Amino acid sequence: MSAHAGSEPGATALVRAPARARRVPRRLPTGWKLVREILFYLLVLLAVAISLFPFYWILRTSLETNAEVAQGVGGANGLLPPHLSFDAYSNDFTQQHFLTPLLNSAIVALGATVVTVVVASLAGYALARLPIRGAGAILGFILVAGFFPVLAIVGPLFLLLKELSLLDNIYPLIIIYLVYTLPIATWLLKNFFAQIPKDLEEAALVDGATRLQALRKVVIPVAVPGVFTAGILAFILAWNDFTFAVSFLETPSHFTAPLSIVNFGQSQFQVFYNRVDAAVVIITIPIALLVLFAQRRIVAGLTAGSFR
Amino acid sequence: MATIEIEHVTKIYPNGSEAVSDLSLDVADGEFMVLVGPSGCGKTTTLRMVAGLEDISEGAVRVGERVVNDLSPRDRDMAMVFQNYALYPHMTVAENIGFALKLRKLPKEEIREKVEEAARILGLSEHLRRKPGQLSGGQRQRVAMGRAIVREPAVFLMDEPLSNLDAKLRVQMRAEISRIQRRLGVATLYVTHDQIEAMTMGDRVAVLSAGTLQQCDAPQALYDAPANLFVAAFIGSPAMNLYQAALDPDGGGVRVGKQMLELPARQRDDRALAPFRGEDVVVGIRPEDLSDATLLTGATSERQHLVGTVELVEALGSEKLVHFRLEAEHVRGLQSVVAGHDDAEGLEAGEISAAANVNGVARVEPASRLRAGEQARFVVATDRLHLFDPTSGNALSGPVARIEQAS
Repeated sequence: MSAHAGSEPGATALVRAPARARRVPRRLPTGWKLVREILFYLLVLLAVAISLFPFYWILRTSLETNAEVAQGVGGANGLLPPHLSFDAYSNDFTQQHFLTPLLNSAIVALGATVVTVVVASLAGYALARLPIRGAGAILGFILVAGFFPVLAIVGPLFLLLKELSLLDNIYPLIIIYLVYTLPIATWLLKNFFAQIPKDLEEAALVDGATRLQALRKVVIPVAVPGVFTAGILAFILAWNDFTFAVSFLETPSHFTAPLSIVNFGQSQFQVFYNRVDAAVVIITIPIALLVLFAQRRIVAGLTAGSFR
Repeated sequence: MATIEIEHVTKIYPNGSEAVSDLSLDVADGEFMVLVGPSGCGKTTTLRMVAGLEDISEGAVRVGERVVNDLSPRDRDMAMVFQNYALYPHMTVAENIGFALKLRKLPKEEIREKVEEAARILGLSEHLRRKPGQLSGGQRQRVAMGRAIVREPAVFLMDEPLSNLDAKLRVQMRAEISRIQRRLGVATLYVTHDQIEAMTMGDRVAVLSAGTLQQCDAPQALYDAPANLFVAAFIGSPAMNLYQAALDPDGGGVRVGKQMLELPARQRDDRALAPFRGEDVVVGIRPEDLSDATLLTGATSERQHLVGTVELVEALGSEKLVHFRLEAEHVRGLQSVVAGHDDAEGLEAGEISAAANVNGVARVEPASRLRAGEQARFVVATDRLHLFDPTSGNALSGPVARIEQAS
């Protein structure tokens, strides 16, 4: 047919790697450059060590036995514990009933996250796309709420919950966390949606979609990175909260995880650091998993190629 | 298959600015109509009103016999190719092309067939499984076209689809698009700022400026018989040389600066020029109507010559573009288009400014020995002079008798 059929020759060369790549051997730097590079990596090592050391210590302590904790650090019980014992972990679950607070935390954090993601998506989309007068002011107002110091509102909220007989209940926490998760999530999603060109939705509209279909099939899939980011932030905020939990919860079985940890470290004679640290490790796992899982979703290049 | 009728359409934005003023245009079934003009002239706004992406303030748009003013884009049976292609980045090429069909809930088999057919026409068959991010610019543009043609719509709308491609690809795709449109025979409204695209692709071209239709005609008619100064300066590259001039009291010649050019009998007797005898006019000379006097052998009179100083000579191989300065005033009241613009991106619609140091351009034979700094003597094809009213900008008289346009 015509010479135009098929991709242009130049384009295929772009996609295929050259047949035989010339490999230039990398030479080690010498002299002053070598010294500089060694120093650089030493500094990097130092920075990494300093950042990770606290967590390493927690991990290490969580693997001690009670006796080793009582013994203190020193001698055989140095940077590495003499034995690896999972006593602390099993104790946490069997005697301290750590599972319940974990579940409470999960309920509250997931609840807050889901609500945040749904509401912030809609709000962010509206603020980004619809011609609302004073949209900037509205967003500013929302953000201000998120910057409010936590300790300042704990008191009034306590009185409010008392009036409503909602103290010592985990469910109001979901709503309270929204005060802090919604502003950030909305702001994030608004910026995200604003960056998605209108052309995309318009193309969907012309192709035959209703506004809702365009949103569902085109905008949201492209906005997934933003949605996941907002979700993660909301989850972390809710999961790690201590102030509200300690102020509003009383019965141990209603505690969230950060709150319950405080309790089972104490006894009259000894502070069971190993149990506390084991609990900390357990608490951190969901967050770590979440971030790992979601990192793959937060792919910046998702919109690459859609335009031009 | 349908026609498009734009009737007295006006678009006024909430802040009061009028983007399109009383535009009336018809596109016949199967016709390729190009909307061309500088940035801000209202051509994209018009296209979007036809598509349903912008509200129509006044007037009506008809597709076929239906008034579509209040129909949402999905009910208008139109397909649109966007300037930025707007391909769905999370879908493969096949899914992109088939999206509209999927929305219409066609059976999977049928969708697959149609997508493969469209891909075949556009040479995309081997890329169906890829995502837009993995394609080159030209390929993405073709996917955008594929998305449009697979729907077999009543109307094609195209918003500067070639402006993001490099020059060579643009020339290639221009021919592709024309070929496909002719094959499918669908009425097409094509927006561009590039007058070369307009001239080469359009069955008819509508020139817009500041929201108003200047002229709508076949490309050659626009070139030979521009209706006003704007069209005259816009169409043609290099642009027409426009100068302030004065018509002789007897109407037999026109004075440009201190030089006199004679007018043929046809124009001397032209009734349209009668009121302007002894008055100011604007004279337009196309670059190709100027020749290097030293190369011509025939006898020509002084009244067919223009003398100027050469500023610059651009040798293109097939011809030479000689930029020259005359002792005359370039036309006032129209921003200087005449700096060799190929497209209108440098123009601001309706902007008025003095054109001080603008050179005229002449297209001469490659054998010409003119050099910068020299005095040049040009022979003017005086039977091809364009004359304009300096106040209204309207054309008074030109080389070709103008056909009354039915827009």
